[in-house]
Amino acid sequence: MNAFFEALILQAGYNAALVAVGAALLGFAAGSSGTFLFLRKRALVSDAVAHATLPGVALAFMLMVALGGDGRNLIGLLAGSAITAWIGLLLIEWISRRTRLAEDAAIGAVLGVFFGVGIVLLTIVQSMSAGRQAGLESFLLGSTAGMLFQDAVVIAVGGSLAVFATWLMRRPMTLVAFDSEYAAAMGYNVRRIDLLMMGLVLAVTVIGLKLVGLILIVAMLIIPAVTARFWTDRSGRVIWIAGTIGGLSGYLGAVLSASAPALPTGPIIVLVAAALFVLSLLLAPRRGVLAAVLRHRRFQRRVHRRQGLLALAARHAIRETYTLRLLTKEGLVRPDGVPTDIGRAQAAKVARDERRWDVAREIHQDAGLTGRYDGLTPIEEVFTADEIAEFDRRLGPPVAVGGA
Amino acid sequence: MGAEFVQFSLTPILIGVFSAIACALPGNFLILRRQALIGDAISHVVLPGIVVAFLVTGVVAAIPMLLGAAGAAIVAVILIEAVKRLGNIEPGAAMGVVFTAMFAAGVLILEQTDTSKVHLDVEHALMGNLESLIWFRAEGWHSLLDPAALATLPDELPRIAVVCAIVVALTLIFWRWLKIATFDEGFAQALGIPATALGFGLVVTAAVAAVAAFDAVGSIIVIAMFICPPAAARLMTNRLEHQIWWSAVFATLSAVLGYVFAGYGPLWFGAQNAVSAAGMIASVSGVILGLACLFAPHRNRVGVGKEEAA
Repeated sequence: MNAFFEALILQAGYNAALVAVGAALLGFAAGSSGTFLFLRKRALVSDAVAHATLPGVALAFMLMVALGGDGRNLIGLLAGSAITAWIGLLLIEWISRRTRLAEDAAIGAVLGVFFGVGIVLLTIVQSMSAGRQAGLESFLLGSTAGMLFQDAVVIAVGGSLAVFATWLMRRPMTLVAFDSEYAAAMGYNVRRIDLLMMGLVLAVTVIGLKLVGLILIVAMLIIPAVTARFWTDRSGRVIWIAGTIGGLSGYLGAVLSASAPALPTGPIIVLVAAALFVLSLLLAPRRGVLAAVLRHRRFQRRVHRRQGLLALAARHAIRETYTLRLLTKEGLVRPDGVPTDIGRAQAAKVARDERRWDVAREIHQDAGLTGRYDGLTPIEEVFTADEIAEFDRRLGPPVAVGGA
Repeated sequence: MGAEFVQFSLTPILIGVFSAIACALPGNFLILRRQALIGDAISHVVLPGIVVAFLVTGVVAAIPMLLGAAGAAIVAVILIEAVKRLGNIEPGAAMGVVFTAMFAAGVLILEQTDTSKVHLDVEHALMGNLESLIWFRAEGWHSLLDPAALATLPDELPRIAVVCAIVVALTLIFWRWLKIATFDEGFAQALGIPATALGFGLVVTAAVAAVAAFDAVGSIIVIAMFICPPAAARLMTNRLEHQIWWSAVFATLSAVLGYVFAGYGPLWFGAQNAVSAAGMIASVSGVILGLACLFAPHRNRVGVGKEEAA
């Protein structure tokens, strides 16, 4: 635990602090730039992009070695991965636009084939200069142990640029994400905006490759955005919440992984993000499962209460146990089902409102008002006092209901 | 094409072909139902399934691992459905959340336990190891008739052959149901076909095929096998029957050509070492799909004008 707190306040050594800051920055960038991909319902494009980086890494390595350089130059490898990932993106776009295949088939095809090509190239790399290829496999699952200051700078600069571009393009991207046809009618070039959106994702994927690996970077792009969506309905806020969640999972994940041995950083970061997702799924104020259950219970209670009171007014016995319990608890009936005075009064009110609604439906042709009748809304919330007085005049004087 | 071929190439080629066909058949229906990426999700969660099976049983045996992987696939499908319904999230994102999290858990458990002594590492799981499935005892074609030699066939071959046969049988048995439910789920339900259960069964079948093929071609390349041959077949014809046949042909072609190119291709270019056969199979299937996208007779979407499509 002590090691955890040391890492938490960045006191667990230079490298651990570097990784924590780098992971937080990457998480923020991935979370915010993945947002629009999710809103555009294309979350899994990021999966294809990530897998399509592999051949680029291998090709760049081979090219750099062939030119006599050091094959492990990070910038070179990242440039190579960006190029093949971009080709993969264009292919997905081309297949789903030009052929009858759906986008998901295009995504899957590009993902599998590019990864296959990448693995073929990796085996070539292995055979061509054994010993010097060390580290290329780390792009599969990421490696933070060897993170250098230079890597952190790449993440910081690239990530900030991606976040800035996302912020700059938020309006057209929101428009395209929610109503691409309207955007096209407004004169936006939807195709270009889509490519830009995916290009941002590509940029984040490429800079995150070294840290979390090409399979888990997908999680950093998808999970924070999905999680953030639980907390707000405003797209402008989703970007920042997703960024915060991503940054938090990156930071906490890196800290956790530094605090004990045999905790690989990439998977831990993803699992922290997944834990945040589960918490949000359960606890989010409006879209969460708990909130939905509570909402349902409240609705159920209102319906049962209302039906119970109507039954009282009609002098029917209440046999349904939940209704009986509900009304007993409120002191509206006695446990044997006989209504109390308050219960009778409430029942009379409910019955009167029901009659008022009947009248309202007869004299009002305005479905906008009478359409709001759902058996639960009090009539006072829909009609003015004058109108209700008019209904009452048509109903005649009150009649006693509910027994002696 | 003598003894050496039987010893080193026959079994990997057969395993490749069986895997490709076992994946391509359910793939046809997954593509038509726009669930192509469920194969992606399944193939990623195979890793945690195998790791957990190893932890529970403590041995690297085929049957527990297959069960573990199949179990993980079913858990993943249920979780995806739960996330989709509970969180009101679109299917792609739900899949992305579930399979990445499960994959991460798999990698974590793998790193936590000391599995270095056994033959279970992430790269093998991702890339497959088709080349190692050779038939040591074979001395030539006559070994095919020799029971002693046949007994030493790699276990993977009979396993994938059985799975492939089961997949073919299921496809034949449920053919009419699958066909109706794939194209018109509402009509299928009106006819009394249990369309929901059928969809779940299809996914489970795909999972079993993926798990069995995983041994041979690795978890990622299974995705290519699920999608590329059926997608290419989809562009060749408008009839489901023909599409299935085309997909089987393309799958076989990818497996055979992929293995041959991987094993012998580098030699033609003067290189010394073979390249990854699984990767090459995926690459060949990609080339086939690419050619189909460019030249296949039914490649265009209905309603796309000639000029626009040109």
